[in-house]
Amino acid sequence: MSQLHESTTTDRSASGSRDLRLSGLTKEYAAFTAVKSLDLVVPQGSFFALLGPSGCGKTTTLRMVAGLETPTSGTIHLGDTEITYAKPYKRPVNTVFQNYALFPHLNISKNVAFGLERRGVKNVGQQVADMLELVELTSQAHKKPAQMSGGQQQRVALARALINQPEVLLLDEPLGALDLKLRRGMQLELKRIQTEVGLTFVHVTHDQEEAMTMADTIAVMNQGVIEQMGAPNDLYENPTTTFVANFLGQSNLIEAEIQGREGGQVKVRVQGAVASIPAERAHSESGKGWLGIRPEKVLIAEAGQPIDAPGDVITGGFITDVSFVGVSTQYMVKMPWGQELMVFEQNTGARRMLPVGTKVDVSWRPEYAFLLDASQDAKAGIEED
Amino acid sequence: MSTLARLRRWIGKHLVLGLGLLVLVYTFVPIAVVVLMSFNNNSKSKNVYKFQDFTWNNWLHPFKPGGMKDSVILSIEIALLATLVATILGTLAAFALSRHKFVGRRAANLIIFLPMASPEIVMGSSLLALFVSRGFGGQLGFVTILIAHVMFCLSFVIVTVKARLSGLDDNLEQAAMDLYANEVQTFWRVTFPLVLPGIIGAALLSFSLSFDDFIITNLNAGQEVTFPMFVYGANQRGVPMQVNVIGTAMFVIAIAIVLGNEIFRRRQEKALAA
Repeated sequence: MSQLHESTTTDRSASGSRDLRLSGLTKEYAAFTAVKSLDLVVPQGSFFALLGPSGCGKTTTLRMVAGLETPTSGTIHLGDTEITYAKPYKRPVNTVFQNYALFPHLNISKNVAFGLERRGVKNVGQQVADMLELVELTSQAHKKPAQMSGGQQQRVALARALINQPEVLLLDEPLGALDLKLRRGMQLELKRIQTEVGLTFVHVTHDQEEAMTMADTIAVMNQGVIEQMGAPNDLYENPTTTFVANFLGQSNLIEAEIQGREGGQVKVRVQGAVASIPAERAHSESGKGWLGIRPEKVLIAEAGQPIDAPGDVITGGFITDVSFVGVSTQYMVKMPWGQELMVFEQNTGARRMLPVGTKVDVSWRPEYAFLLDASQDAKAGIEED
Repeated sequence: MSTLARLRRWIGKHLVLGLGLLVLVYTFVPIAVVVLMSFNNNSKSKNVYKFQDFTWNNWLHPFKPGGMKDSVILSIEIALLATLVATILGTLAAFALSRHKFVGRRAANLIIFLPMASPEIVMGSSLLALFVSRGFGGQLGFVTILIAHVMFCLSFVIVTVKARLSGLDDNLEQAAMDLYANEVQTFWRVTFPLVLPGIIGAALLSFSLSFDDFIITNLNAGQEVTFPMFVYGANQRGVPMQVNVIGTAMFVIAIAIVLGNEIFRRRQEKALAA
């Protein structure tokens, strides 16, 4: 294993890459294992999100990269330098803490200058001023952290980390304490800054929308392992586990009997009807499975009315709940086999809103369905709050 | 609305404030008497503790009564030394008790409350027994007083500094380390400045505890006479009014420290707001 590392290391150093690489990274506590043999490469300059529910090990992973936690086994490399056991102050990595952790006894410019001064940089005034300008806090330089709002503190924390020009910037749910509107603004701001400075950002969050908005690559973590990793739209469109299907957005998972592969399609029987799924979206080939379809991909029409989809129409449903959310309407449709499906329909104005109790047919385009292994819990990853 | 109902509302609104003021009066009347008596001319009758004539003489010659000057100096010396030793040892102990895990830590955290909880007379007499049994019976004096004072100040220092430490966000030290401060820099740049108010508070508390202790001191002082012992002795023959001068001076200094701190804080806030 370690030999393998060394060979890849040499290859990478040849190309001068400073990717962050975690190999077999494990953190065990007395009672449980927080992170289980994690392998991960974060390409240099990318915006990488570790997404998962609380307790999934994402923050522990981040803290190991920062050096605030010592791994039980495994290695962390930055380019060809091993930093697994390096002290936190010896790694070119800075963190934006969840509660910001600004020094309460120092004013804002002293807070921002802290890292540079510890490294013995002289005349930091200009750099601090530039950095405060970047986060639009120039006028607040002499205030103490306690005199600032949450959003301002967040920006100070960001400036304090960024000024050191770390190779990797770690963000530990940095927007968690902000209200929704401010959070949206900061998400775009962070993304802009990341593009501007070109640093590697590793962002830990439990907010799937935040992860999808900002990250180039998302790794979905659950119980100490990475369930799936990829670009946001790939993860969303083609989840490989029920956890990812439910945690990243919402999914309808319908019991299906797998008939077998026919060309590029996998045929399944769903409650009497036959449906087909593109082979590259089928993550199980035999036995039982879960047919997954996103709520906004389900098409709905009053019973007997035409539906704009080439797939099979499933009849016999009726609407049990309607919620109007402005851009769309969310229906709950009770199917003949007792399951309730979520259906989101854009309010295009093509048709009136269907009232509760309406008998409806549903359908979907086969290319949007996905097929998952039935051994998994269909409710995995559904947030309880 | 009837007058009675209005009265009831008025009382309901102001009752807590009124009670608070009463408690304040209760606390400050004795101090007011001390301040007043420091200007008393009791030359007519030494044995009646009563305001007779106004005079500046007590303030102009505060050390006139024989032996008083020495006792005040001794008390200040002991208080300063005991504060210094207790604050240093207590701060170190507080760090150990809150930062390090070791066998018996919980027990140790409990035991440090014992000196605060046990009666002074018990502590004083057991210390005396200890000194005598170790053969220091004939050498009671400055050193034994100092040892006794450090002992009872320690608990207060440990408890005060520990409270400050437990209120300290762990993330701050981690943030400092993350920002290239090594362990030593983290301590002096972040941990120490944040714990300092607790240490200063503990030191002030130690000073006043040591300065006014009588029971434990009296048992372990040998031939030495501290200021509280002097007052106690003088009380047998009529208290010299200069005692009130020292009392008032101590009170004024204490108030000045508190006020000065508050003014400094407000001025700083104002400067920041501007």
